[in-house]
Amino acid sequence: MDTPIIEFDRVSKIYSSGGGPITALHDVSLRIAAGEFVALIGPSGCGKSTLMRLIGDLEQPSGGSVRVKSKTPEQARRDRDYGIVFQAPVLYDWRTVSRNVELPLEIMGRPKEQRRERALSLLRLVGLGDFADAYPHQLSGGMQQRAAIARALSFEPSILLMDEPFGALDEITRERMQLELLNIWSGANPRPTVIFVTHSIPEAVFLADRVVVMSPRPGRVQRVIPVDLSRPRTYETREDPRFFALVTEVRECLRTAE
Amino acid sequence: MRATTIRQQISTPARVGGWLRAFWPPLLTFLLVIGLWEAAVRGLSIPLYLLPAPSQIVATFMERPGYLLRIGLATLSNALAGCAIGCTLGALVAALCVRWPIAADGIVPLAVAASAVPIIALAPLMGIWLGSISPASKIGVVAVMTFFPTLVSVYRGLISPRADALLLMRSYAAPPRDVFTRLRAPAALPFFFSALRVCTTLSMIGAVVAEFFGGPQNALGVYIKTQAGILRTREAWSAILVACLLGLAFYLLVLVAERIAMPWRKEQ
Amino acid sequence: MASDAPRFVPGEAPTGAVRAIARRALPALGVVTLLLCCWEGAKLLFAIPDQRLPHLGAIVETMLSRTQGGSGNLLVVQMLANAWATFRIAFGGFAIGTGLGLLLAVIFLQAPVLERGLLPYVIGSQTVPILAIAPMVVVGLGRIGAPGWAARVVVAAYLTFFPVTIGMLRGLRSASPESLSLMRSYAANPAQTFWKLRLPASLPYLFTSLKIAASASVIGAIVAELPAGAREGIGVMILNAAQFYNSRPPALYLAILIAGLLGVAFYCLVALAEYLVVGRRGRARPG
Repeated sequence: MDTPIIEFDRVSKIYSSGGGPITALHDVSLRIAAGEFVALIGPSGCGKSTLMRLIGDLEQPSGGSVRVKSKTPEQARRDRDYGIVFQAPVLYDWRTVSRNVELPLEIMGRPKEQRRERALSLLRLVGLGDFADAYPHQLSGGMQQRAAIARALSFEPSILLMDEPFGALDEITRERMQLELLNIWSGANPRPTVIFVTHSIPEAVFLADRVVVMSPRPGRVQRVIPVDLSRPRTYETREDPRFFALVTEVRECLRTAE
Repeated sequence: MRATTIRQQISTPARVGGWLRAFWPPLLTFLLVIGLWEAAVRGLSIPLYLLPAPSQIVATFMERPGYLLRIGLATLSNALAGCAIGCTLGALVAALCVRWPIAADGIVPLAVAASAVPIIALAPLMGIWLGSISPASKIGVVAVMTFFPTLVSVYRGLISPRADALLLMRSYAAPPRDVFTRLRAPAALPFFFSALRVCTTLSMIGAVVAEFFGGPQNALGVYIKTQAGILRTREAWSAILVACLLGLAFYLLVLVAERIAMPWRKEQ
Repeated sequence: MASDAPRFVPGEAPTGAVRAIARRALPALGVVTLLLCCWEGAKLLFAIPDQRLPHLGAIVETMLSRTQGGSGNLLVVQMLANAWATFRIAFGGFAIGTGLGLLLAVIFLQAPVLERGLLPYVIGSQTVPILAIAPMVVVGLGRIGAPGWAARVVVAAYLTFFPVTIGMLRGLRSASPESLSLMRSYAANPAQTFWKLRLPASLPYLFTSLKIAASASVIGAIVAELPAGAREGIGVMILNAAQFYNSRPPALYLAILIAGLLGVAFYCLVALAEYLVVGRRGRARPG
């Protein structure tokens, strides 16, 4: 592996709480290459969201070091190196869909025409071309989440952090969104690095180049499972025996992690 | 609401029909209540000084509509000015409270407590400070009455954005000014308007009742109190009619402003 | 704010609760102190005469002076007695208005047609200066021989009943469709659904509106004292103190302070009742 874009070196995270300190992450080391799609999976409380938030400088490690593009996460955040998508779409309901997508560009001071153009082309990419001037409450849950993805991509960040982005969607919408995400990701140039937190085993296997299986109390990396399914992945990928084998492998790994 | 509603096209006649369906029960009740009131006053021969019939109130108003509207507008302008001052200051202090949380810890609980205080009792004091027959004293009372509810409500609105909305701003490395103007302030707008709606009512009540404590001759509150005192009930009720109409107009004005200021809420 | 209200976790040491309350009260006390300093500071800086703004000490002094040229009660005792008179009126109106409001809310719940016809007026009447009719009520009822207190109770009740009706109706409607379906699945009759689901679900909403109503009833009682006729009450004290302001300015400040405390005391009383009734299950935040 050449120079990793994200590097965790013996990272730990301890929260203080009323009932004594809680170790959310213990001695985590992990290297992620540029352009890679990595899924973080594990039961609740295994620290997968924490791991993601450490990359984004939304939380700070208690020990060890996190490097993002050979910088501190704080510097990376100030350089706007990553876009983030939460489980909730977090669209601002007073802005139209396209103005929501423009929001980061506004904060970064891009000129108005460029913002609008960029927002419209991204909305077309995620299939919301006709809804640019709608308000968020007029969209379904899946459409809102697509707008949130467009917003995260708007300023062409080299890293995409996704915290259970499809967790609130129904299974049918979810499978379609996974496929669309892969299309968007492989269509982008250059391809961003994706850190994708999920608790769905098939989702992790279907999307990722590598699945990082985490175990709880204290949160640590149990195993990293490479996914050798060919790309582009399609509906047929989910019926591939290799897909089932990998799903089973991740499931077994999660069970022994308990 | 689903995406299909975006291009929903309601024709004008259909909308009028909808309005009629929504409004006939209150309309009917209105006519019924007025009719009953009129019939009761006439049928039971309720003495005039106790309760005049609606027709008498309207007739009394029609005798001198110019004068009543003029004193009504004098009082309304006090209410408007006081409300503008109180709401502006309330919103400003709320913004300061968000900027300096330590100030919020001290000020917000007091502002909440102030809602339990009969602020109208300040009216005589304002009269002494600012002149009991000058509009300034009435404006002062209204400003104090509207200041606290606006402060509390706007503060709640400014701190209403959820954790991940703030994290999103953090992920953009947005400067505090952007967090305020692009997230907190628009999020507080619905709260501001609900406070403003309460404040229109409060300010009209404040302006009229402050005049019960004393005020210039040509003002609605003074007129109501003196006419009631000498048992000219019809005159007093016609002034109340004016107060109601003006209060309602003020309220509708705020509703219209709210619709214009928050287009995204139109369909909610 | 309800969201950061102190939580009384079972088993938590009471000192923790005391400390939490102190931590919340201290900043507010700091602001009050700051305001009082501003008061005296402004007097010093801008040389505001005592006639306009008396010293804080002068207010305390007046508070402890005797009425009737030195032979009567302490002024503060007299004021408190008058505040008590106003409180009795306000409480009477509060009780009647709450009763009426609850009744109306239950009727509205049962008869949606009535609600559609009447509720717009219950709400609309809040957009107009209803307090303006206080003199009418007082003078009119006085004329037909009703005692003065009755008119004042009517005004206080009138102001109470609106918030209670609306709050209670919202509360009775607050039970979720799921919980109503659950009651249906038990084949519960309407009375059981009311007593076991709708009523308990409505309590947080009811208390929110009762707190508003408590303050409103005090305002109603005070304003109803303003037209000529009332002989006791804190509103009368304020009017008198304003009339004789030139001879004794601090008395007006004292009367206003006590009127304010009366409102806060009534509010706290309702808040205490709320804590006793729904405190243990935690307060909901009705919008």
